[in-house]
Amino acid sequence: MSETAMSLAHAQALYRTMARIRAFENAAEEASKGGVAAFGASLAQAKVRGPLHLSTGQEAVAAGVCAQLRADDLLTSTHRGHGHSIAKGASIERMMCELFGRATGYNGGKGGSMHIADFSVGMLGANGVVAAGIPIAVGAAHALRVRGGGALVACFFGDGAINRGPFLEGLNWAGIHRLPVLFVCEDNRWSATTATGAMTAGEGALARAQAIGVPGLAVNGNDIFVVDAAAAALTAQIRAHGGPRFLHAVTYRIKGHVSVDAAGYRSHDEVARALEQDPLELAAIRIAAIGGVRAVLAAIDAEAQAEVAAAVAAADAAPSPPDAEAYTDIQDTGAGRWRD
Amino acid sequence: MARLSYAQASCSALHAAMQQDALVVALGEDVGRGGVFGQYRGLQQTFGAERVIDTPISEATIMGAAVGMALAGLRPVVEMRVVDFALCAMDEVVNQAAKARYMFGGQGRVPLVARMPIGLWQGSAAQHSQSLETWFAHIPGLVVVAPATPQDNCGLLAAAIACGDPVIYMEHKELWGLEEEVDAARVERLGVAAVRRAGSDVTLVTWSRTLHDALRAAEAAQAEGLSLEVIDLRTIWPWDRETVFASLRKTRRLLVAHEAVQVGGFGAEIAAVVAETLGVPVRRLGAPRIPVGYASSLEAVTRVTPEAILSVARELAKKPAR
Repeated sequence: MSETAMSLAHAQALYRTMARIRAFENAAEEASKGGVAAFGASLAQAKVRGPLHLSTGQEAVAAGVCAQLRADDLLTSTHRGHGHSIAKGASIERMMCELFGRATGYNGGKGGSMHIADFSVGMLGANGVVAAGIPIAVGAAHALRVRGGGALVACFFGDGAINRGPFLEGLNWAGIHRLPVLFVCEDNRWSATTATGAMTAGEGALARAQAIGVPGLAVNGNDIFVVDAAAAALTAQIRAHGGPRFLHAVTYRIKGHVSVDAAGYRSHDEVARALEQDPLELAAIRIAAIGGVRAVLAAIDAEAQAEVAAAVAAADAAPSPPDAEAYTDIQDTGAGRWRD
Repeated sequence: MARLSYAQASCSALHAAMQQDALVVALGEDVGRGGVFGQYRGLQQTFGAERVIDTPISEATIMGAAVGMALAGLRPVVEMRVVDFALCAMDEVVNQAAKARYMFGGQGRVPLVARMPIGLWQGSAAQHSQSLETWFAHIPGLVVVAPATPQDNCGLLAAAIACGDPVIYMEHKELWGLEEEVDAARVERLGVAAVRRAGSDVTLVTWSRTLHDALRAAEAAQAEGLSLEVIDLRTIWPWDRETVFASLRKTRRLLVAHEAVQVGGFGAEIAAVVAETLGVPVRRLGAPRIPVGYASSLEAVTRVTPEAILSVARELAKKPAR
């Protein structure tokens, strides 16, 4: 789909997804203040505990790719997985409840941000280990093939993941078995607190994929029109039994590695330049160019913020899981032998 | 009943499971050719390459893909060739397979069987000879099984495939050729030990290949008037406390013998639970904490022999039973 051909309705729907992700991330960030001791923050109790990896600034990748997914397609995510979950159709309220560690969260309070999942929409889980979702996606694609039906798996990972072994293993495997996987390298340029470029030899993600025989595209991951068009093309090729495809979407991690990381290790200039490329702002300009009006987008923003505020209120009011829940959903064989 | 080797018995169980359930698949290196030990012989011809899946030498992705298959509804049987190679897939076993059900709040389950053969294997040296069952017994979420006989390698594998939990299934490399009459229709229950020889003086708990040395030790002990009750644990986690305790109420003395390194071995766990609960004398016997050497003289140093078992049993029998 070329950008001129994008309908205003579709563009606004993409913007809505991005706005909902942005509102969610902002609220989660606020609720996490004081939540971890790392990076110099205090030990004070926050509503969102532990490491919170925000995808603020990366919304166009999640929104653009997931707009091309069907309900029966599957998705694997990263430790920075809120956007992917929302874009695949997860409920913001149940996600916020999970971040607050509530019984009403998707994982009943057992997973939190790093393991957020909604299997009912095919979102097979965020993952606390870099690149761990790649083999899982490949196996899920095998299952889709054995079970029949023509669905695909969207496998999100970051730029840091291309330096782990499962990246090579997973792409090679998907290639030899011609599996229906869309590999999405969501390149935010930072591997925790180290610039990925300094740690990566050669020509980068797409070149590595191509060397393994997995074709794809490299795009500006902050431009929702471009991501949407690339994802449309690649998913169509996969659905036509073309085998796996690769999308290298270059974006930028506006926040630190975790919510309380002030990211003082990078320059103000770098961040200032990135903020000029804010994907929501870019989308607003694009939408104006095809006849959209700012007031409509402002209304979408307001609705997203209201939805998230309601989710926070619901999460605040929801109960914590009872202690007994610590002992459920571990294993059936030998259940009860917790201390032996 | 048919006379089957330990390898053939497992193949028979997998064949039956794949015939019964189209969601059961097998994957790993060389499985299409029948597996390096013949334990997959004929399966790809019968069930096709989509269900008996040849893979690259990519242990992390073999295991990780199995997790993805399981989360998406299949029941994969994973071939790791030897447990030593499974160390390349520890994230996928420990952080993914074992944790997925819990950390996703029960939204998904991982009913996979990971076959990771253990044990000494005639000159295979330090990286192909380890017995690492205790590593996996330590991880919440995993079941650990170690069959010692052809009959059990049929019935326990069938049970492992039917089990909804991730099962670490540890065959022993020196047992592949062991033969006996096997009832292929028999499915065992996980977590249930077998009393292989009745006795009255000392309870000898063991598993995997060491069972056969334990039985030899018991035979020799009988000749000198010492009666050993030999229990084959079969499932390491959850281990069968009831059967072990029932035996100890009779003998009041426990010896645990295994091929794994004694320090931090699973024998320590059993001995500790027994000592805490029953207060009877306990002894452990495992390999010294050294890598397995190549030369036969060096390899022999790590072996738990019938003589060594008998020697410890004699010492234990001298202690007053409490």
